[in-house]
Amino acid sequence: MNPTQAERLMVAFVGHVDHGKSTVLGRLLADGGLLPDGKLQQIADYCERNARPFEYAFLIDALSDERSQNITIDAARVFFKTPRRHYEMIDAPGHIEFIRNMITGAARADAAVLVMDAQEGVQENSRRHGYLLHLLGVRQVIVIINKMDLVDFNPERFEILKETFCGYLESVGVQAHAVIPVSAREGDQVVNRGLHMPWYTGPTLLECLDHLSKPAEAAELPFRMAVQDIYRFTRFGDGRRIIAGQVSSGRLEQGDELIFYPSEKRARVRSLETFPSGGRESVESGEPVSLVLEPQIYLRRGELAAHPQHPPITGDRLKVSLLWLGQKPLHQGQTCLLKLGTSRVKARLQTVMRVFDSADVLHGMEKSQVESNEIAECVLELNRPLAFDCAEDFTDTRRFVLVDNYQICGGGIILENLPSAENSWLRSTVAQRGQKWVGGRLTMETRAERYGQTPCLVIITGRKGLGRKRLAAALETRLFNDGGLVYYMGIGSLRAGVDADLKQSQDPEERREHIRRMAEVAHLFLDAGMILIVTAVELSHADLQIIHTVTGADMTRVVWVGEKTTDLNEDLWLPDDIDDAEAAAQQVQNWLA
Amino acid sequence: MSNYLSELENHSIFILREAYAHFKELCMLWSMGKDSTVLLWLTRKAFLGHVPFPLVHIDTGYKIPEMITYRDRLTREWRLPMVVGMNEAALLEKNTFPDGQVDRLTCCRLLKTDALTRTLNGQGRRMRFNHETSRYEEERNPTPYNGVIVGARADEEGSRSKERIFSPRDAQNEWHVAGQPPEFWGQFNTDYPPGTHVRIHPLLDWTELNIWEYIEREHIPTVSLYYNQGSGRRYRSLGCYPCTFPVESEARTVSDIIAELRDGKFARIAERSGRAQDKDDGGSLETLRREGYM
Repeated sequence: MNPTQAERLMVAFVGHVDHGKSTVLGRLLADGGLLPDGKLQQIADYCERNARPFEYAFLIDALSDERSQNITIDAARVFFKTPRRHYEMIDAPGHIEFIRNMITGAARADAAVLVMDAQEGVQENSRRHGYLLHLLGVRQVIVIINKMDLVDFNPERFEILKETFCGYLESVGVQAHAVIPVSAREGDQVVNRGLHMPWYTGPTLLECLDHLSKPAEAAELPFRMAVQDIYRFTRFGDGRRIIAGQVSSGRLEQGDELIFYPSEKRARVRSLETFPSGGRESVESGEPVSLVLEPQIYLRRGELAAHPQHPPITGDRLKVSLLWLGQKPLHQGQTCLLKLGTSRVKARLQTVMRVFDSADVLHGMEKSQVESNEIAECVLELNRPLAFDCAEDFTDTRRFVLVDNYQICGGGIILENLPSAENSWLRSTVAQRGQKWVGGRLTMETRAERYGQTPCLVIITGRKGLGRKRLAAALETRLFNDGGLVYYMGIGSLRAGVDADLKQSQDPEERREHIRRMAEVAHLFLDAGMILIVTAVELSHADLQIIHTVTGADMTRVVWVGEKTTDLNEDLWLPDDIDDAEAAAQQVQNWLA
Repeated sequence: MSNYLSELENHSIFILREAYAHFKELCMLWSMGKDSTVLLWLTRKAFLGHVPFPLVHIDTGYKIPEMITYRDRLTREWRLPMVVGMNEAALLEKNTFPDGQVDRLTCCRLLKTDALTRTLNGQGRRMRFNHETSRYEEERNPTPYNGVIVGARADEEGSRSKERIFSPRDAQNEWHVAGQPPEFWGQFNTDYPPGTHVRIHPLLDWTELNIWEYIEREHIPTVSLYYNQGSGRRYRSLGCYPCTFPVESEARTVSDIIAELRDGKFARIAERSGRAQDKDDGGSLETLRREGYM
């Protein structure tokens, strides 16, 4: 066998604290003759110097402060190879407070070995870890009933534990690949058969590992690739505009037609670039991609590429199963950052539907928060649409993590796309603003009566360069001269001030935020009883929806200048360019009255 | 192509691209050793032949001369954005182990950890290679790097197997092993509070053998010190000459080295056995790492 062609399997060791995960792993390495020469001696020396009995677990628990506590505090890895294949063993900590490390280890694994103490039996974490393996998508699980020496190698004890635990695992969707009675201390059934359990005729742990198969490749699924970045290395004299990503499922060929979601922009793959140069004709799941598109459409990180015949789902209200790892509970109404693929959106916990607790059932009790280390089915509301998949086979496009206070503190899978309440995110923000509003004694109505005018927001939109700004300035002057309390707010004034922290780009999220802020500023003017005139380039229906949500739909008057280019339903259409600003302003003034 | 070298390569390229997408002030440490040279090669693959962030070398002044020659040769040939940092004060005051004034560990701390911290945060002098003049020139107004790509591997030594791929360091450059946030499903901790920085480890899953197999597959140029050139000795790991020792070996080529690691004399001997500072006391490398050592 050519070793560079060998298969590589990642196996996580999980289980309740003190049930002997590290000892099993240490025994596997020692009896398998897999240890580097220095390693065993190094630990033996350490134990001798510190007058402690030698334990195999020390091999794995390599950090000094952990040796003194006798536990594993992080997902340590051990590499080795058998004639069958290469292994990477991940030792995942059992302590409940280290569940974050267990996740880090187990989420990367192709298979898991779940270690249970024959004397103590099924413990809280044995159950939790079983369920977590299911959530993390680890499908191949070997169960080890360890410390058989403590129950006199009793076959009946083994059978009882096997039955109880397998039943539990099945109830959470995990099928045990094998259940093995082991004494890691005596070395029975890890690599060698041992003498104590002649009644057991199944495979040893090592035999069992060698029989596991690598999970099927994602190459058969529809093509998905999240846009990681756009490269243009002009400073190195390279004029190519390259879309960088990694294929998460399926295959892509040169010449394929692609749609990028959620923007739904289309382009064809002109070439698949490589270094050293030469290019590729096709790429498949797991491989990095460097695309040149035709035409060179404007894209940003976060878009999801797919073939037109197999689109992903796009939505902004999701039913999810999530695991919360934050220090504090996740409350209903709380906002985090959600990362899926390369996209980032804000997510608000709308409803907690069911919580999985340590008593091993998902119960339907009303809850308004998810506690630390709990798993729950929830509804999340997003601040803008996200492209994703729900089907079981997808991984990268179905799994997400939650970020709070700069750290990943939760993760989950999307179960279902729920009907979207249009701008539901913004609606709740506006509702919160309403609750927190600090007003004086005067109301908008009182002011409007005094000023003798109806406050409103006049939006002048249309394509660039048709005279919208001249019209706005003329209209302001006319209304002012007639005694109106009016203000023309140029977009430039907002961009350099209120929006100074935003990027000045055409990114959809940035644009939404520009518009939201403009509408919030307008809301202040309106509340002050004034007439506000603004100009905006080619406002869409969705843009106006945002403004309506913030200011109230009845407060706006929309004027479109020139040729129609969006789906907006304007209130007044001026089909021609503005030649005579005064005449146009008079027309608008008459219409407003 | 389903072999594990390609899988490792794919994953590392993904990590490099994630780092580049998230960090404005990004740099990569290049020690001229085999690991960080593989990292450099992977970077060129990820960015289509370019290296779009500075390569930082911490020069202790005691590096084996071939290493510096090799560094400057590749810098010219590949037009690399090369930056060199140094603890000039300690060298001037002869506060070093070779000068007999401090022990090995303190020497590492001064010439490597301190020099690194000050080079990264922009307080120390950064010498940048100018391809026009072919000379190192002082960088004006150095800004702190907030993302640092490092070639650490999990199999090197116990404490490194506890690392995350994206590993946050606090303002004091310290690593909090027990309190690390989780990292899963290809999602990394790319958000960080002001004043802190993130270390990025694209080679965490690679073994010493993988590194050599990859060097062979990709024909990556490596420094001659790794090969026996007739003396029956070669370096297995590179460092400062007062503290790094060659091993007895007949390996003259990359494939000789691979054979030696796969089932030859080094199949079961730890890689850093030629590094003296690892042996001074039980947890020394871990102590150094917590303080910011690579």
